[in-house]
Amino acid sequence: MTSAVTTAPATTTSGAGTTSRRRSVVWLGLVPFAIYVLLFLAVPAALAVGSGFFTSSGAFTLANLSAFANPQILAGFWSSLWLSALTAVIGAILGAIVCFALMGARRDGPLRSLVDSASSVLAQFGGVMLAFAFIATFGTQGLITQWLVSLGLSSNVFNDFENGGVLLYQIPGLVLPYLYFQVPLMVLTFLPAMEGLKPTWGEANATLGGTRFTYWTRIGMPILAPAFFGSLILLFANAFSSYATAAALISQGGIVPLAIKQQLTSETVVGVSNVAGVLALGMVIVMIVLMTAYSALQRRASRWQK
Amino acid sequence: MSKARYGAEPSPVTRWIILGFVGAVFIVPILALVEFSLRLGQTGQHGLVHYAAIFDPANASTYSVLFQGIGNSLVICAITVLIVLLVLLPTMILVELKFPKYRRVLEFICIIPITIPSIVLVVGFVPVYSVVASIFGSNPWTLAFAVGVIVLPYAYRPIAANLAALDVVILSEASRSLGAGWFSLIVRVLLPNLRRGIFASCFITIAVVLGEYTIASFLSQNTFQTALLLLQHTDPYVAVIFALFALVFVFVLLILIGRLGTSRRNRRSA
Repeated sequence: MTSAVTTAPATTTSGAGTTSRRRSVVWLGLVPFAIYVLLFLAVPAALAVGSGFFTSSGAFTLANLSAFANPQILAGFWSSLWLSALTAVIGAILGAIVCFALMGARRDGPLRSLVDSASSVLAQFGGVMLAFAFIATFGTQGLITQWLVSLGLSSNVFNDFENGGVLLYQIPGLVLPYLYFQVPLMVLTFLPAMEGLKPTWGEANATLGGTRFTYWTRIGMPILAPAFFGSLILLFANAFSSYATAAALISQGGIVPLAIKQQLTSETVVGVSNVAGVLALGMVIVMIVLMTAYSALQRRASRWQK
Repeated sequence: MSKARYGAEPSPVTRWIILGFVGAVFIVPILALVEFSLRLGQTGQHGLVHYAAIFDPANASTYSVLFQGIGNSLVICAITVLIVLLVLLPTMILVELKFPKYRRVLEFICIIPITIPSIVLVVGFVPVYSVVASIFGSNPWTLAFAVGVIVLPYAYRPIAANLAALDVVILSEASRSLGAGWFSLIVRVLLPNLRRGIFASCFITIAVVLGEYTIASFLSQNTFQTALLLLQHTDPYVAVIFALFALVFVFVLLILIGRLGTSRRNRRSA
């Protein structure tokens, strides 16, 4: 017994006291990952953001930033921002309601397993396939559109949105498909916070004469607020950076990711070079602001978890 | 059930009303996909003709893009999983064992790809891949390097959670005091204990790779997703059928991950 206790620290000290040569050999183990991340994460990210500061001949310039004054680019950022904000707010509220409904369901039960998997598929896998689903639902030949036509609404909101043609192929038409992956993402990110609500708090509230209404207004909502707004930001970022669904539905520009596509496939719209890089820079700035806010809120939220 | 009256839990009726309503709304687009795949042109009738058409050799040339895309995606899946297993996993174990101070740094690096949208990375991947193509040729499998980066946050989390649940230092001290070398420590002690995290991470990697569209489309490679979008113009029915298959396949894959997770939880509580 005593010998077992004394050997353990002995092993630790010998482990810590390896010679510097051994140590440097161990360091080598980190090299493959470091090289990989450097070549395929650091370099592309730096190139993407940095390329906005160079002319097509390679000289440093700030002139490309004038692209931000281009009305078309500004309109793209504006559309991206309102689309992200709208789908984030609606998605967060609906997702939170679903999380509320899931409270108390057994963590390892079939219901949770079903909801978790379905949420992951829709939130992380969808892209092009979700666009297909919405074409089959709200496109010209879509299930719902045709059903409305058969009801006598030959011109309805889906096949002629504000006299501009099929809703789904315009920016406002992205709201429904985006919600289709925003709500599941909210479920995935907000559920852990909701599960952090302790039953004892409910009991304490009841002993002090509180109702379920006071439980939510005085305990539940204040505690969940940081997590809720954190998830809201994550949803915003998710919609802001999403590309595949929009690209499958809309062939022109309209939001920033689609504007980047236009710039990469043909150098037209704006009269300065490397506009894709400038747009990438703009997106990264927005994302950094969002993620800083997110990590600050996450720190507050984690106080009540576990 | 009386507990629910003062706790946070909804009553069963409220729960099923909410879940039933949201579930009904969310199933509509999926049902629309199914209905669309069964349509016989614009006749308003339904049948399995489009499903049968997949296996009709007469259509082989129409679908060859798709099958080639699926083939490419599977190769990319395999290489990306190898990157996770041979580059990410050893690094995570090494950091856990030898450089625990750098755990936060590793986590930070692995989370970065969430912060930088794929569409932004693509702007940088275009010049990087002109170099990659000059070394390896413009082969679809080279996409795995880029996709491996996109996958990092998803692959990292299950393994990290598994590592956190183990006491790696105690395990390594125990096995080394029993005379095991570093090799048997990793192969016979750590890897078996990390099996669930590794499986989950590989599954999610497969799901992300199969769903990846942005990078493949900008680097002009034919993968499952880009092929689906191409095929949608020539034969939308078959594109929809494969989209359905893929959604169901990944759904089942994720159910399996969920099951792995629950059996772990059960074991811990036991």
